[in-house]
Amino acid sequence: MTATSLPAPDAPEDLASSDNGATVDEAFRRTALGAGLAILAILGLIAWASISKAWPAFSDQGLDFLTLDRWAPSQNVFGALSMVYGTFVVSTIALIASVPVSVGIALFTMEVAHRRLRSSIVFIIDLLAAVPSVVYGLWGVLFVAPSVAPWYNSISDTVDGWPVLGSLFGGGGGSGRGFLTAGIILALMITPIITSVTREVFATVPQGEKDAALALGATRWEMIRGAVLPHSFGGMVGATMLGLGRAMGETIAVALTIGSSYQITSSLFASGAAMPSTIALEWGESSGLHRSALIGLGVVLFIATIAVNSAARLIVTRTERRMRGA
Amino acid sequence: MTVIDLTRDGGPTGSERISLEANLSPKRRAADVAATIAMFLSFAVAAIPLALIIGYVFSKGGQVVDLKFLTEEIPNSYRRVGPGMGPAVVGTVIITAAASVMAIPLGILGAIYLNEYGKQNRLARTIRFMTDVMTGVPSVVMGVFIYVVWVLRFKAQTGFAGALALACLMLPIVIRATEEMLKLVPDELRLASLALGARRWRTTLTVVLPAALPGITSGAMLAVARAAGETAPIVLVTGLTFQTNWNLFEGNNTTLAAQIFRNASQPYEGAQLRAYGAAFTLILLVFACTIAARLISNRFATKR
Repeated sequence: MTATSLPAPDAPEDLASSDNGATVDEAFRRTALGAGLAILAILGLIAWASISKAWPAFSDQGLDFLTLDRWAPSQNVFGALSMVYGTFVVSTIALIASVPVSVGIALFTMEVAHRRLRSSIVFIIDLLAAVPSVVYGLWGVLFVAPSVAPWYNSISDTVDGWPVLGSLFGGGGGSGRGFLTAGIILALMITPIITSVTREVFATVPQGEKDAALALGATRWEMIRGAVLPHSFGGMVGATMLGLGRAMGETIAVALTIGSSYQITSSLFASGAAMPSTIALEWGESSGLHRSALIGLGVVLFIATIAVNSAARLIVTRTERRMRGA
Repeated sequence: MTVIDLTRDGGPTGSERISLEANLSPKRRAADVAATIAMFLSFAVAAIPLALIIGYVFSKGGQVVDLKFLTEEIPNSYRRVGPGMGPAVVGTVIITAAASVMAIPLGILGAIYLNEYGKQNRLARTIRFMTDVMTGVPSVVMGVFIYVVWVLRFKAQTGFAGALALACLMLPIVIRATEEMLKLVPDELRLASLALGARRWRTTLTVVLPAALPGITSGAMLAVARAAGETAPIVLVTGLTFQTNWNLFEGNNTTLAAQIFRNASQPYEGAQLRAYGAAFTLILLVFACTIAARLISNRFATKR
């Protein structure tokens, strides 16, 4: 850049072309900047375009859209509470099942497994992430649901009438498609992301503190409890929230395994509906206000996942920064 | 490990070491062993379903997939037994390819902005954060978005609309993977190139990018693998066809993932077998991309 500003009357021929080079340079910088701005443009456009198309449904239903437990497209009544509930229940089951397992895998990889074994474990978890969600759905609906249905039914018969378990697992086992099956399939699907983020957080624990714990005579487990876990708590919360974001938005696997009926029930064996699965299942046969309501579900989902993911990223970044400072 | 070294150097002998361990109260020892077993079990809990899924899909799908299955048209009745996923194979390939052609160059350019120009300024930090957030946007929302801005405008569900949705999903993955790789390129290379009189654009395109290329390729392949298996946006924006459609811009299209979704919930054996066949094909495709990506990045890692 300074070359162009130099008064160089007898500059060699090939340097004289440097003005041209500066233009190319600036053009390249702008192209790259444009590509970066594309992200902001796309996110902005998603918010604006989807909200404007969902507006008819929002203004027609008002707050009922989120608080009413009645979804009847034929009567133009769109209260999505049962889907919000379904998304909440399924994601909660997925997190409860997945977080301890993911933390266990991350610990096993980082603290127990031999270095050579480590990369194989990471590879297997990567494969788990690579299986397309529709394949999980296929497996869930054609293999898992029929094989767990007898179990569900016998558990349901046993606990029927018991105080707490009765309301969670009583009232019939159904076809095997329902909240619990969808939640378990989801748990498998979010395990890779929680594992990989947790592993990265564990990697930032200072080696000195781990060595110090061991030198004081701690067993490996005591070292993990005393040095690794306290350091990583924030990061583990962030990883869990990233998993939650993934679970909330998962569409096809849930659509195939949740059984699709709009109800709010405490029974985990019962079938239900989640927000994203409803969009996918009803899209083809929807029009007018119904489709607008489905786009509205997309908007709610978009806002919810953006909120959860932003919070998660902030937590993870802050923890990692603090760790590096330590 | 240090304990062993001490023994060799004439430190505590083997018997002393054992007596040290014997001092562990049974409770502490039991806790340690239990924790180790629990950690191993949690890995097994994740690995066994993976093996089950792969085994199940391979055994069911492997028996129906042959050349005829991959090329023939899809029967337009779920009940009919017999092959045909040709249109879905073609659709998967051309839609994913079109999405890659859009998302990969744009993503690499975006990463170049972040790592070579923006660095830590406020705009770059915002873009970086939004990229992370965009990675978390559910694919079905991306489908709704493309439906609203593209399908409604042109009044047609096409393969290209699906490619647009997949490109939006790939873009943040490509940007983040590329930026990580560009970060690993040593600054000395950039300085050397600049000192030789090369412009920034030339330095970036001929020195920095080639140095990071294996890593970028690996990240891009992971993005392709993810996009090829996406279902929800395809179901929303590309419509459905039973005949092979090579034209991205006209007429409905379909993909393997969308066909699995349509056929999986049918009670008919013919449809279910076709779903397994499609799943088998899709898994092979996706795993090939994933494994290739890993091999490439492994080779790169040893060079580093």
